[in-house]
Amino acid sequence: MSLELPTTVPLQAYLALAAILFCTGVWGLINSRNAVRVLMSIELMLNAVNINLMAFSSYLDGQLIRGQVFAIFVITVAAAEAAVGLAILLSLYRNRETVDMERFNLLRW
Amino acid sequence: MTIASSTQFLCFAALSAAVAIGALGVVLLPNIVYSAFLLGGVFLSVAGLYLMLNASFVAAAQVLVYVGAVNVLILFAIMLVNKKETMAAIPGLALRRVLSGAVCAGLFGLLLRVAFITPWATPGPEPIGDEATIRIGEHLFSDYLLPFELASVLLLMAMIGAIVLARRDVLSADIVTGEPADQGLIEKSRTPLLLETPAPASPAVPTPVLEKR
Repeated sequence: MSLELPTTVPLQAYLALAAILFCTGVWGLINSRNAVRVLMSIELMLNAVNINLMAFSSYLDGQLIRGQVFAIFVITVAAAEAAVGLAILLSLYRNRETVDMERFNLLRW
Repeated sequence: MTIASSTQFLCFAALSAAVAIGALGVVLLPNIVYSAFLLGGVFLSVAGLYLMLNASFVAAAQVLVYVGAVNVLILFAIMLVNKKETMAAIPGLALRRVLSGAVCAGLFGLLLRVAFITPWATPGPEPIGDEATIRIGEHLFSDYLLPFELASVLLLMAMIGAIVLARRDVLSADIVTGEPADQGLIEKSRTPLLLETPAPASPAVPTPVLEKR
């Protein structure tokens, strides 16, 4: 019984790594008390999506690398999101004087 | 197995271990400064993965934008909101963590099942290799021109929005004398706007209020 070893890293390895990163990000997004850590978790999730896009672009779309173009757009949007998110965080901190997510309940019923 | 492929496997194993452990550290470490530096490590490892996927331009963009801009921005935010505070205990927090962990594990299993069951059409076309940057430039100025221009508008909007949101109201008037009062420092004591129990202002010191603009 000969087990055929792949000569290159398979696509599934990248997908599994991206799944690990995404699920870690989701868990951190739900469970973080600190608002800055919530933003970090969002960045982790965006990076997981980028790994998926890049892996598909390299393995399935090697000539027209559209996945890389999408990854660049995702990086752009992530940078804008980080800037606006941290500005909102500073504004919240100035008004409530805390970064505890459980105390940001202004819009709750 | 040749030397090249074993080197590739070793690099992938090291980078993916760095990504996974770093992400867990970002989420789980109690000190948020360590989390921020580990986040920088995760970003660098992801850039290394992009290099393994023949994408040097995106790897450079990842290092410049994520490590150079986003991570520094997060560190600045940590410095600006760095107040030691003890979070109040919440009933059922452990149960919530376990339940959300179960949900995330289920999502992970689902994603793994999709990844390993789907018959991907690998190997696809021959990877373009070093000419990826040229091809990205062709894409950005031909069929992805509209999103490219819209990205510039988005960045401008994000810049203006961040400035407006994070701006301090430095032009304030004293409520008694009507003279302009300096509110330049965040740390300066003043009436919190949205706290449930506002701090009692002593009658000797007039309370400065923010001027509505």
